[in-house]
Amino acid sequence: MKSFAALVIALGASTKTNDKLQALINYFGVADDADKVWVIALFSGRRPKRSVSTSLLQQWCTELTQMPGWLFQECYHTVGDLAETIALLLPPPQEQLIEYSLTFYIDQLKKMDKEDEEKKKAFITSCWMQMDTSERFVFNKLITGGFRIGISQNMMVNALAKMVQLDAAVIAHRISGNWDPSTTSFTALLNASSASDHSKPYPFYLAYALEDTLHEIGHPNEWQAEWKWDGIRGQLIHRNNELFVWSRGEELVTEKFPEYYSFKEYLPSGIVLDGEIICMKSTTEHSFQPLPFSLLQTRIGRKNISKKQLTEAPVAFIAYDLLEFEGQDIRHKPLVVRRSLLENIINKIPASCLQVSPIIYFSDWNELAALRLQARDNGSEGVMLKRKKSVYQAGRRSGDWWKWKIDPLTIDAVLVYAQKGHGRRSNLYTDYTFAVKDGDKLVTFTKAYSGLSDKEFTDVDAFVKKNSLEKFGPVRTVHPELVFEIAFEGIAASNRHKSGVALRFPRISRWRKDKKPDEINTLEDLKRLLHLYQH
Amino acid sequence: MALIEFSDKGLFCPQGNFYIDPWKPVQKAVITHAHSDHARWGSQTYLCHHHTKPLLQLRLGDHNYQSAEWNEPVNINGVRVSLHPAGHVIGSSQVRVEYKGEVWVVSGDYKTENDGLSGAFEPVTCHTFITESTFGLPIYNWQPQENIYKQIQEWIKRNQQENIASVLIAYSLGKAQRVLQAVEKITKNIFVHGAIWNTQEVLQKAGWNLPAIKRVTNETPKQELKNAVVIAPPSAADSSWLKKFSPYRLAICSGWMQVRGNNRRSNADAGFVLSDHADWKGLLSSIKATDASTIFITHGFQSVLARYLTEQGFEAAEVKTEYGNDDDIENASNETT
Repeated sequence: MKSFAALVIALGASTKTNDKLQALINYFGVADDADKVWVIALFSGRRPKRSVSTSLLQQWCTELTQMPGWLFQECYHTVGDLAETIALLLPPPQEQLIEYSLTFYIDQLKKMDKEDEEKKKAFITSCWMQMDTSERFVFNKLITGGFRIGISQNMMVNALAKMVQLDAAVIAHRISGNWDPSTTSFTALLNASSASDHSKPYPFYLAYALEDTLHEIGHPNEWQAEWKWDGIRGQLIHRNNELFVWSRGEELVTEKFPEYYSFKEYLPSGIVLDGEIICMKSTTEHSFQPLPFSLLQTRIGRKNISKKQLTEAPVAFIAYDLLEFEGQDIRHKPLVVRRSLLENIINKIPASCLQVSPIIYFSDWNELAALRLQARDNGSEGVMLKRKKSVYQAGRRSGDWWKWKIDPLTIDAVLVYAQKGHGRRSNLYTDYTFAVKDGDKLVTFTKAYSGLSDKEFTDVDAFVKKNSLEKFGPVRTVHPELVFEIAFEGIAASNRHKSGVALRFPRISRWRKDKKPDEINTLEDLKRLLHLYQH
Repeated sequence: MALIEFSDKGLFCPQGNFYIDPWKPVQKAVITHAHSDHARWGSQTYLCHHHTKPLLQLRLGDHNYQSAEWNEPVNINGVRVSLHPAGHVIGSSQVRVEYKGEVWVVSGDYKTENDGLSGAFEPVTCHTFITESTFGLPIYNWQPQENIYKQIQEWIKRNQQENIASVLIAYSLGKAQRVLQAVEKITKNIFVHGAIWNTQEVLQKAGWNLPAIKRVTNETPKQELKNAVVIAPPSAADSSWLKKFSPYRLAICSGWMQVRGNNRRSNADAGFVLSDHADWKGLLSSIKATDASTIFITHGFQSVLARYLTEQGFEAAEVKTEYGNDDDIENASNETT
């Protein structure tokens, strides 16, 4: 556990990619195989099932430290991470008797799942009291989950690739999908034969935002354009008479979308589709109207889908790529070839909730630029540009695929509440709530956490500390003075918000130091946008 | 009438007609220490400790300075004023104010561990104690200085093995001199930024025996800086000044490095938890040691400490001041190359 804790500290502290890579390679060089497999699992977002609730962890920590609960909460809001807060608060450790491996602790935690509270408490507290602060931190992280510690999956894949002398894309594929770290060996995981798992998805190919002008990326003839749908990126797999649906977060979500079950009857076996999971109503056989993302949200995060949801938020799959055909990986074939195979398959299928994403035809860049302005009317968020000869790569790559989103909607608002952030925003007021004018009152309508530079966050933090009016737990109300432009991708009616609207992907686009609070937008303005853009 | 009032210019003693660490120009100022949020320009006369005087001259220019030894009583309009070691930086003092048997103490900034330079913090018995609270949360829990020095030394050695320069960020008054103590054990080849050089010059003139350092100037040959150990103030951390040390690693020496998020946000390669302020336990033990029944809490986690002390049976309240604008992460606006 000590070497894993040291790795996590090194990865969190370093700012240089090479140092991080080296730390990973060093770790993989000395760790035992079972630990390696768990590290791969943890750093690719898999985690052991939670066997202890966070409120119990808090309770045991406050008992050990004899500290009032409110003081623990103050600490937590400043640190911004529960696992770390506990690690910092616990009394100094007693001597460590035996050093155990990462796998040992994970196994013990798993076994504990069925035990009663007293047994759990005895185990956890005795572990705590034998660990130093960094071990406590990673141990708590194993329980609370979410190893967001300054390392990307990409980086881990690169370190593994270096170590086992394989291509990074191959590694990315092998560690994707459904495997259980407690039963998979290191060799089996990185071995090609493990691809016999029928559910295994391919790593998604992700695009960067287009920053160059269109003329710089080449001749329009070399490019294919599609609408950029505002849903959930998904992979639909049909192998061995089984259907699997993966979301971009590499989560198996097959059961959430019963609409897709019938595809098994239509789709040939041995194929993998890349596309968008989206809510829509079909108008005719090959045209459709997407519904807002907020509807799709009602379908995610629910275990059981009700009949009502199925009628109110019908889900479709808009396919735009074919990664596997007749059981063969065809990602190395050019896009045009994959696309024509895809059209051949889908266009034969009578299910209206399975469509091919239409191609946008254009003869020159100006024409495409003009078409892009209609994106919002189509219920899309812009245009995707894909080089016709491009192969399907793994991860976020630049050069062959670009996303070219429409300009966001914006509204000027005033900052009214602030709360301290998490992770690298620890002990800084970075989480804000904004309001627009409603007559002579202010009405809150959105939160936004991103879009300012570190320097600007520091300045706003100083303002909040100086100008706070009241404190409600971790939230400070501030004097309404700072004006910001809030950008967002969409707007929908909502009865969960006081303002009656919910924004899609709100963020701060700039700090309007030139504007006074009485010059901000009004609730009327928001409602006008709602009327214009709600589908 | 309270012995010390909280005015919009600073802590004011009406009986003695003087201010302690005023943030606006006043007639008579008693200064706890030379950091810029406590020692401000423009007052007519200043009273401070002997060690602080040359530092004030460096930072504030020529003024009417009076200095005193620790524990040496000074009579200001019938009020007995004395300075007592606060252990924060060289010359830093608590201010004890006594009138007709009533005693108040203003802590300024303080730390309870003896750093070997600043004088050992001395608990002063009083009725009312005005304390800072920069690190007033139980998550702030310092290791002994020696442990941190060892971490710094090991980090430098590792960098030297890889032929990488080590740049340590430390406030020019206080932290820099401590880091120097740690670094001189492993190398005699220490470079500093001009701000630290200036402070050291003043301290040496005042008789302090400090390790030999070299000033980084535009003329310093790049060859000499290869693999060097460099100490620089926070203002240099994001500047192009660092380029001349490439390849280098950057470390920040500050109590805020206790929390990973701060460490990550700082964009440094390492963070060493070295603070010139008392940690949570240090604050509590100091407060208890004063025997004071009334505690006022300034800059830091005022509301937390006030609530905690109230629950412990103290008369405790928070006070708004203009201290503590980054004097550990430290804005070094008055520092030039």
